[in-house]
Amino acid sequence: MSTQTTDEDSEATGQSDSEAPASSPGERRRAEKRERQTEKARQAAETESDEETVLLKVFRYDPEVEGKREPRFDDFHVPFYKGMTVLDALIYARDTYDSSLTFRHSCRQAICGSDALFINGRQRLGCKTQLSDLDEPVRIEPLPHQDVVKDLVVDMEHFYDQMESVEPYFDPDELPSDDMAEQRQSRENREKIKMSTRCIWCGACMSSCNIAAGDNQYLGPAAINKAYRFAMDEREGDERKEKRMEIMEQEHGVWRCQTQFSCTEVCPKDIPLTEHIQELKREAVKSNLKFW
Amino acid sequence: MYEHDVLVVGAGGAGLRAAIAAHEEGADVAMVTKLHPVRSHTGAAEGGINAALHPEDSWELHAYDTMKGSDYLGDAPAIDTFAQDAPEEVIQLEHWGMPFSREDDGKVSQRPFGGLSHPRTTYAGAETGHHLLHTMYEQVVKRGIEVYDEWYVLDLAVTDEDDPSERECHGVVAYDIQTGEIEGFKGRKGTILATGGPGQVFDHTTNAVANTGDGPAMAYRAGVPLEDMEMIQFHPTTLPSTGVLISEGVRGEGGILYNAEKERLMFEHGYANNDGELASRDVVSRAELTEINAGRGIEDEYVHLDMRHLGEERIIDRLENILHLAEDFEGVDGLDEPMPVKPGQHYAMGGIEVDENGESCISGLYAAGECACVSLHGANRLGGNALPELLVFGARAGTDAAGADIGAPEIETGYEAKSEDGDLDSPVELGAVGGTDVAADGGAVTGAASTVEAAVERARERVDSLMDGDGVNHAEVRADIQETMTENVNVFRNEDGLKQALRDIRGAREHYQDVSVHDPSRTYNTDLIQTIETRNIIDLAEAITAGALAREEFRGAHWRQEYQYRDDENWIKHTMLAWNDGDPELYYKPVILEGAEKTYEPKERSY
Repeated sequence: MSTQTTDEDSEATGQSDSEAPASSPGERRRAEKRERQTEKARQAAETESDEETVLLKVFRYDPEVEGKREPRFDDFHVPFYKGMTVLDALIYARDTYDSSLTFRHSCRQAICGSDALFINGRQRLGCKTQLSDLDEPVRIEPLPHQDVVKDLVVDMEHFYDQMESVEPYFDPDELPSDDMAEQRQSRENREKIKMSTRCIWCGACMSSCNIAAGDNQYLGPAAINKAYRFAMDEREGDERKEKRMEIMEQEHGVWRCQTQFSCTEVCPKDIPLTEHIQELKREAVKSNLKFW
Repeated sequence: MYEHDVLVVGAGGAGLRAAIAAHEEGADVAMVTKLHPVRSHTGAAEGGINAALHPEDSWELHAYDTMKGSDYLGDAPAIDTFAQDAPEEVIQLEHWGMPFSREDDGKVSQRPFGGLSHPRTTYAGAETGHHLLHTMYEQVVKRGIEVYDEWYVLDLAVTDEDDPSERECHGVVAYDIQTGEIEGFKGRKGTILATGGPGQVFDHTTNAVANTGDGPAMAYRAGVPLEDMEMIQFHPTTLPSTGVLISEGVRGEGGILYNAEKERLMFEHGYANNDGELASRDVVSRAELTEINAGRGIEDEYVHLDMRHLGEERIIDRLENILHLAEDFEGVDGLDEPMPVKPGQHYAMGGIEVDENGESCISGLYAAGECACVSLHGANRLGGNALPELLVFGARAGTDAAGADIGAPEIETGYEAKSEDGDLDSPVELGAVGGTDVAADGGAVTGAASTVEAAVERARERVDSLMDGDGVNHAEVRADIQETMTENVNVFRNEDGLKQALRDIRGAREHYQDVSVHDPSRTYNTDLIQTIETRNIIDLAEAITAGALAREEFRGAHWRQEYQYRDDENWIKHTMLAWNDGDPELYYKPVILEGAEKTYEPKERSY
């Protein structure tokens, strides 16, 4: 079983424009290096042919490297073990076959939010997705509706901008006069905001949202959920809440949501995003009636 | 070249707290982090934040517990400062909106934790670190503090006087991961390292893949000694297949450890007759491995942690996250069956030597959080003490770096603090390998227009040389290190194993001379980043193992087969390792037991 089925042509010339011409020593070294890698991969594949393997089809793209400027899919056959996740398989493929395979990851336990990917047609965290739960071949792509930087890495800047546009910080009307006194919060209120505080900023929801895909200014489910987390926190006070509702009611705010539930379906932390958005719509109606 | 008053390297809890503190002093602050702040591993902390908030509790009791937990290797000025400042830091977090778990009266809840004489651990479910990280990042956004995210700091820009204590840190050199641009960052007033733990030195660890100890490795090569590196905490409850952490909160709430014979091992085999499961982490980790080695482990690999008797309501209320982790990463339903657990590398008590204001012996270079060694945790950290540490000492480092006066430190740093030369019976040479070692030392060359520019030039050469070479993949070298560390420098240590590890590390270091980056791209080149991280891993693995071989006693997390007792007469001292321009030097400095209110008397540590 082979590892990479990329055609030899693009492999052999894979280099960026800015590099030395094809006859330079550097280029020859790189070409030789690639040949050795292919050989190594072939050997690895031979020794592993008896084991159970999983076939990954992984999206590849690099704006700088010839052969990768046109997006393509590479095949990786990875030896399977019980409990292996998509992230484990990607790490294996990178460390064993192709060190240029690029993806974000860090905590391996679904809390850092780095490795949201489009796996078999759905937004999921690589670290939290068991290979045994997926049909083969496992198709791994970067999050849709975001600019691809390289391979599986997308540009998160727009997502971060939207998160930060909702004034995502606690800002109470007043604090206890005694510096060492805590604000009180009822268990019920803490429970009410609990799910909303679990967001790990992975971007899966935004990527799944049709509205966000069509309206670049739409705040999106994650940012609205962040606003919900503060608007519903009884410690902040009514004045602040009113200001938060103004942000929510803007043209590209809560009213854009068409309750398709795609965000809720893909959220790896099970946050009821659509419900939160709906609740903010109801709050908006209520507060508008008050002034009417 | 970018310029700011204060640079903070790393944007986990310590970095965020330091940045906010420096900003509050009016400094122009920038954070430089190889991740985005919310991806930092502080977010994975589960259990809680210790602080003496109750009227019946006191900072003195918290300090006493911490000193006892440290097995008398913590420095009293650090411990006292820590216990005194922790309550106001927790209240500050609450005022910043942290969603703490609450009592019926709306006050912040506190639960029991290992080694504590009072229920002192505040928490937010079993995902305290996540909430702490996000709450503080929110405050950074509110203040408009500049964040250079996905910029990897390659090196420090430090002057090159012979005596490290005369050197100055002028900033850092960083690599923009997205574009491949290498730039200098000048820190006019100070540079604070807050890069977290070195868990990737081991292969079974609770730490993130990003936890490669970059800060300690860079500071070490620049001339700052590493302190007590042998003191590595192995957490007793990690999932066997991945190393994912199962919070001490499970035992705090009443979870029970059983061996294969369904015995409650902590009591029935006498490891901790008073505190049982809530004995200190080192005690519980050794107990589990002793059971497993005696053939009473399950599948010869792990023991069981059972929380079913707590009931579904309490588990969901306080430990819900644990159910998800056990399900997602071990396929076990914690409501239905006991969870398999075994010890895993979790935390480094040692690190960059700093005083209680966070400053190292190099002027303008600070460190805070897990990468630093104040020394607060000594030979063993208590559960729930890491998060308040990063708050207290992150804040102090930020305030001091910004130029505010927080008083002169009592803890001495650098060679001046040396009390005794060390003598290491190493089977191999340590330190730099010959003249081709591109990252041989952190001191910048003289003669350039500025220290930062000189450091930038050198970093560019280093990156070019790694990109241009045609050698081995760093992943092989890294795997060799992780394997020998987990085999030989684990919970149980002996002389032969430690010497073998030093030989293996030397081999890896030589192998690393042939390493190169295979990805030719300057766009998001993680091959390059990881290759540089692996170099840091090598330096830290060697420092940890050298310390472990030098310390001929059993204290806290450091267990030695040949020395089965704590030797207070000879070993109440810190193990120091100085890079010494590539020829590492081992020495010792005294532990300070004289505190603000009293002198701590070493007592037997039983739980």
